[in-house]
Amino acid sequence: MSGIVVSFCAGSVLLALIPLGFILFFALRQGLPALGWDFFTQMPRPVGEPGGGMANAIAGTLILVGLASLIAVPIGVVSGIYLSEYRKSLLSTAARFSADVLNGVPSIVIGLFAYSVAVLPFRRFTAAAGGLALGIMMIPLIVRTTEELLNLVPATLRDGALALGATRARAVATVILPAALPGIVTGVLVALARIAGETAPLLFTAFNNRYWSARLDQPISSLTVQVYTYAISPYDDWHRQAWAGATVLIGAVLLCSLLARLATRRLERMHWP
Amino acid sequence: MPEVRIRAAVKVSAPRPAPSAASADPSMIEIEDLTLHYGTKPALKGISMSIPKNKVTAFIGPSGCGKTTLLRCLNRMNDLIDGVRIEGRIRIGGREIHDGSLDVIDLRKRVGMVFQKSNPFPKSIYDNVAYGPRILGAGSRVDLDATVERSLGAAALWDEVRDRLHESALRLSGGQQQRLCIARAIAVEPELLLMDEPCSALDPIATARIEELMEELKARYTIVVVTHNMQQAARASDVTGFLLLGELVECGDTATIFTTPRDRRTEDYITGRFG
Repeated sequence: MSGIVVSFCAGSVLLALIPLGFILFFALRQGLPALGWDFFTQMPRPVGEPGGGMANAIAGTLILVGLASLIAVPIGVVSGIYLSEYRKSLLSTAARFSADVLNGVPSIVIGLFAYSVAVLPFRRFTAAAGGLALGIMMIPLIVRTTEELLNLVPATLRDGALALGATRARAVATVILPAALPGIVTGVLVALARIAGETAPLLFTAFNNRYWSARLDQPISSLTVQVYTYAISPYDDWHRQAWAGATVLIGAVLLCSLLARLATRRLERMHWP
Repeated sequence: MPEVRIRAAVKVSAPRPAPSAASADPSMIEIEDLTLHYGTKPALKGISMSIPKNKVTAFIGPSGCGKTTLLRCLNRMNDLIDGVRIEGRIRIGGREIHDGSLDVIDLRKRVGMVFQKSNPFPKSIYDNVAYGPRILGAGSRVDLDATVERSLGAAALWDEVRDRLHESALRLSGGQQQRLCIARAIAVEPELLLMDEPCSALDPIATARIEELMEELKARYTIVVVTHNMQQAARASDVTGFLLLGELVECGDTATIFTTPRDRRTEDYITGRFG
């Protein structure tokens, strides 16, 4: 009997893994041939001119994701601390609910919001607006991870710090937060991987840029939007580039997850042998 | 060590300590008519006792009798719990601890605590011991090194960890972790050391070491220990208080309590008729 259950479960796991296998297979088959050193170092070329790369889009994605983290990590971690410290306060209950709702808001709607507050008033698509949209998406992810991980820190550690004369703030800063840090780092990396793959919120905030730009007050290219633009174009050459872009995205997300694991393991070894 | 007379007695509050002559009075803590409610439920009922200086005082009693609650009153750790109401007076070293002018943070620096489950911080051994002194604004690195060495030495742990002070404290064994927590508590030179069932998670050998340590430490600190283990109270304490359902049934010299208890309930408990 248990053999049947086990094989049923194992079968389900295999079924769940099939899409991942196919995605990797197709992306790599189509993307790898177009992927070379040039892809990372060259700018896009005009239609018909072979070669070229997505250097500007790769840099753009890094800038956008960095900007989003600058917004979301401080706000998210500090809010998470509040939620964990004042679990039953009215503000916490409201904030927790809001974070969950915000987490479920479709990314295109968040893009629209960023468009109306950060694009319309300035009459210009900007990297800053794109970073804002991604940052808003990232906040609830980080708030909830931080809160949950802080809640996992044993209460005895807090008691220990308070009994030594630490203030509550000091106990959080020197004992509770450090104890939860490995998990929080992982949470941030997972959130990064998640928003790095977003296209919709960038379409009408950061827009796109065929040229090199690192300015926050100008439109900026991103891997996802570039892949989208190339994929819907009628040119074979661009299709190949889009596949290559998709491969790089998958690679970056994989790298993020890997880093998250390594960071957790390293920090854990330091904290919890 | 000067001869110290034990004044603790059933429900008889000891005389108030003279404000000036602290040395003349052997009592460290005076508890008067202490009542504590969790919400509407009374957890401690009219407790009065006096805890002598430089002695080990044990609280014994069955689970839920309020011994840990009473212990946590002494450094006001119950303040952290919602819905707790405390009446009565507790004086430590002659100073009322519920006095509005008394800073609870200062109180906790004077009253160290060791918990039931060892709770070293996920930091290095060194940083654990240095935690308290750093809160107080530790002096130079040299001073801090000396404090760490002295505290670990006093907790009988120095020889075992001297070569790995900067390794994680969580790699120590259970008994070592508990001694580390003792070192951490005495690093700030408290007057009083509270121990909440410090050996309940330890094997007999580690327990024996902690008990030896209590015997050594009482020369410098007043120790109050909550224990589930009557043999431990009999072995390691000078004064014993027996609590039952939030009441202090009897309190006095440990030898007397264990040989000729005055109250029938105490006798029933220590002879194992219940509990």
